[in-house]
This record gives sequence, C-alpha cells and structure tokens, in this order.
Amino acid sequence: MEQVTTAPLKKTPLNSRHKSSGAKMVPFSGWEMPLEYSGITDEHMAVRTRAGLFDVSHMGEIEIAGNDALAAVQRISSNDASRLQIGQAHYSLLLTPQGTIRDDLLVYRLAAAHFLLIVNAGNIQDDYAWIAEHIKPAGDAVAVDASSRYALLALQGPKSLEILQPLIGVELGDLKYYRFVHGEVAGVRATVSRTGYTGEDGFEILVPPQSADRVWQAILQTGQSAGVIPCGLGARDTLRLEAGMRLYGNDIDDTTTALEADLGWTIGWVKNDFDKTIGAAALREQKAAGVRRKIVGFEMVDPGIARHGYDVCTGAPGAPPVGKVTSGTQTPYLKKAIGMAYLPVEHTTPGATFDVDIRGRRARARVVPMPFYKRGAQSNS
Amino acid sequence: MTYPAGFKYTKDHEWIDLSGDRAKVGITDYAQQQLGDVVYIELPEVGAKLKQGQSFGTIESVKAVSDLYSPLSGEVVEVNTALKDKPETVNKDPHGSWMIVVKMASSAEAGALLDATQYTDLTK
Repeated sequence: MEQVTTAPLKKTPLNSRHKSSGAKMVPFSGWEMPLEYSGITDEHMAVRTRAGLFDVSHMGEIEIAGNDALAAVQRISSNDASRLQIGQAHYSLLLTPQGTIRDDLLVYRLAAAHFLLIVNAGNIQDDYAWIAEHIKPAGDAVAVDASSRYALLALQGPKSLEILQPLIGVELGDLKYYRFVHGEVAGVRATVSRTGYTGEDGFEILVPPQSADRVWQAILQTGQSAGVIPCGLGARDTLRLEAGMRLYGNDIDDTTTALEADLGWTIGWVKNDFDKTIGAAALREQKAAGVRRKIVGFEMVDPGIARHGYDVCTGAPGAPPVGKVTSGTQTPYLKKAIGMAYLPVEHTTPGATFDVDIRGRRARARVVPMPFYKRGAQSNS
Repeated sequence: MTYPAGFKYTKDHEWIDLSGDRAKVGITDYAQQQLGDVVYIELPEVGAKLKQGQSFGTIESVKAVSDLYSPLSGEVVEVNTALKDKPETVNKDPHGSWMIVVKMASSAEAGALLDATQYTDLTK
C-alpha cells in the first residue's frame, strides 16, 4: 500500500501552553487546536455567566493597502467598506460570481487606505490568492497575507471588560461594539476590538505571536478571581450556534447564496460601484426573482438531537428529503436541541414544522427565529 | 484510573455488574472521557430482547453520537430512566450510573468478558 504523507498540523504560538494546561487537542482546518479544557458544558456556561478565553490564532489576517485600497476592498467584499470609519469593523462576505459564499470575515479599517481582513483558517490561502487577483483592476492596491504576524485571542463573557481593563490603558467602556483601538495589553502592543463569536460582550485581541503566551497568562491570572477559564473550539461552536451565527463550511459555503443564507444585510446594495462587487449581479437577480430556499433556525419538538448532515423532510413519509441540517446539537445554556437548515422558502415562517431524519427515525422540529439566545434578554426556564 | 475489580468489561468500554442471572450495564470512565459532556441518552424499553453485541441505545455528547452495545444476550428487565433526565451523571459517576439490567439468556457468554486487569491494559 502506498505511503501517503500528510502535512503535519500547524501550531499556534499557544500550542504547548494548551497541552501543558491539559487541553484535549484535535485537528481543525490543518491546525492542532484545543477542543476543550474542563469540558464543553463548563466552558460554555463560563462564557455565558463569567468569561472565557479562546485562542483563535489559526484564523487568517489579510491586509490591503494603497491609494486605491477602498476600491479594492469594495470589489471583493460584499459589505460597503466606505461606511467604515477608521477604528471601525464590520461583518462581510467574499462572494463568487454566482453570489455564493467563498468566506465570511470581519473587515477592519486601520486607516483611510489600509484595511485588515480576518478570514477563516481553512480558507486563508484560497482567499489570499483570489483577493490578490481580483483587486488588480482597482489600481494602486496590494494585498498581503499577514497571518504569521498575528496571534488572536478572544476574551468573551459579561466579565470581560472588568478582567481586561486593568491590563490596558485605553478606557474600554468607551469602546463601542464593532470598534477597535490600538494599545498595550500586559505591556504588549495590541489591537483590541469589541467583537466576538459568542453572543456575549467581549474583546478580540491581536498581538504579535511571540507575545501571545504572555498575554494569555496575564488575562488568566488577572481574571482568576472573576472566574475566567480557557475555552476551546467545542464551546466556541455551541456558543455561536446559540447566538445564531453561521459557521463557514457548515451553514454557508460556495453552494449557498448570501440571500439563501439570510445574510442580505451584509450586502452593500447602495454602495458606489456596487456592480463592480463580485457577485453583485447574481444577487440583484436573485433579489428580484426571490429565493427558493432559505436558512432557518429550528428547535426539536420530538425527543432527539438533530445533527449536521441529517435529512430534513416537509412531506409525508416516503417523500424525498428537501434539505439537510447544516448545524445542530444540544446546547449547554438553552439545554435544547437546536440547529440550522435550509428549507424551501414556503416552509420558513417561524412556527412552521418539519421532520428531521435522526438515524432512521423521523422527529418533529419547529422553525424559530434566530438568534436562539440574546444576552441580557434571557431567563433559562 | 482503577476499574472496579468486581465488574466485568467489554472492548466497547462497557462495564457489567453480574449478580446471579442479572447483569447491570453501564459505560466506563474511559468511555465518558472520550465522549465529553453527555447531553442525551436513548435507552430501550423494559422487555426488549437483546443479542450479545447488539445496539441497545445511543449516548450523545455535544459533539458525537455513540451506540451502546449489549455485552450479553437476554431480556431487558430494568431501565434507568432517571439517567435520561440527568445524563451528566454518566460523566460524574460512570461506574455508578447503570443504564439497563439484562436477565441473561446464557451464563456461558459471561466467560468472554474482560476482567478489570485485562480492561485496564486495553485502555493504556
């Protein structure tokens, strides 16, 4: 049998710190990442009630700069970057000419003509090559894959601000949602944004990779009495699901259009030169014609947990399935089996019911609005 | 981890507490560690007839679904329905969280089960 050599897994600067802290490590998008430390439930609840610290250094950072940087970003990013002030970020998509999703990302405006794009780990090389190619018509703009220059930590939870404030000179209370500042965290040069993937208040912290461990330790130590704990990708997934956030590769990909994914709000329909945005024409057409299917959030009515890949059915037993569950599990805070799936548009009204094929058994589910969880609005009944 | 010497074990990480013709079945500490936080358990009805090696239910964590395999042939005479409401007890006390009690069809099958030493070696 032929020996196949697989490339070794990439490691973030915190790899040995995770291992010495007892994290269960797993492969993820070519990286060796912590899945969990004290357990997914424990970590999820820590983020919902106190704070959790995540290493997300595997994600990619692509910088675009030059006199025509804005025009360049406008071509490749679905949202309207001209609305970003310096020190502001927004959520956006990279689209194919068909209007389907190549990646989802955050776009930061570092300066009038300098942008930072934070992309998914599994897409870094493809995104960079595609961006470099498609910004050329914009003129004086260059893209750089700067991923190796950054480590990225995410501190998330209601106690995030009180934990981070002693470590940074900037007044965090003045930092609004989706804004960022440059400063020092634990004496280390950092860019801190009020963003996150959990549905809680929190901060994402870009630091030089060689200083990542120092910042990681400083946050855990300073936040010890407030109850911060290290958290892995397992909890990251259950938290974002409760918050109704899509996961690239599961809920959105190059077969789902931005409108089918119910992300029409990330499209800068009225931006200057919208027609130059890749994917714009296809989305205009789909908007006019109407989508035929759409993503919904759902919760199980019958017992059972709906998982990624399970068929969903709207017809009588025997009728072919109409789609698949794209994300699903039972989540620790809500303690409900919830998920996302694409359904024919006529079945997407909240309250509509459908069946999930759970390993051969049809179980009833109900469409519910997303997000499933909103901070400040809950009591877990 | 020391596995209770009085139990028998299977390579599918179940423990069996034998008493006369009754076998109490659960999953081992190794199994619950592999699974992660248990959130859902599906168990059979009392009266279900099982063959050795047959799936008698499923145990689900946040990330995965695992089948539960009957270590012995026989009839299910008791089901721990309390576990369904508090599945996390499997993580906290795996060797104390029994799932089903099987009335064995044949005591000969018990000979094929592993003892604590053999099972410990398996998990190394």
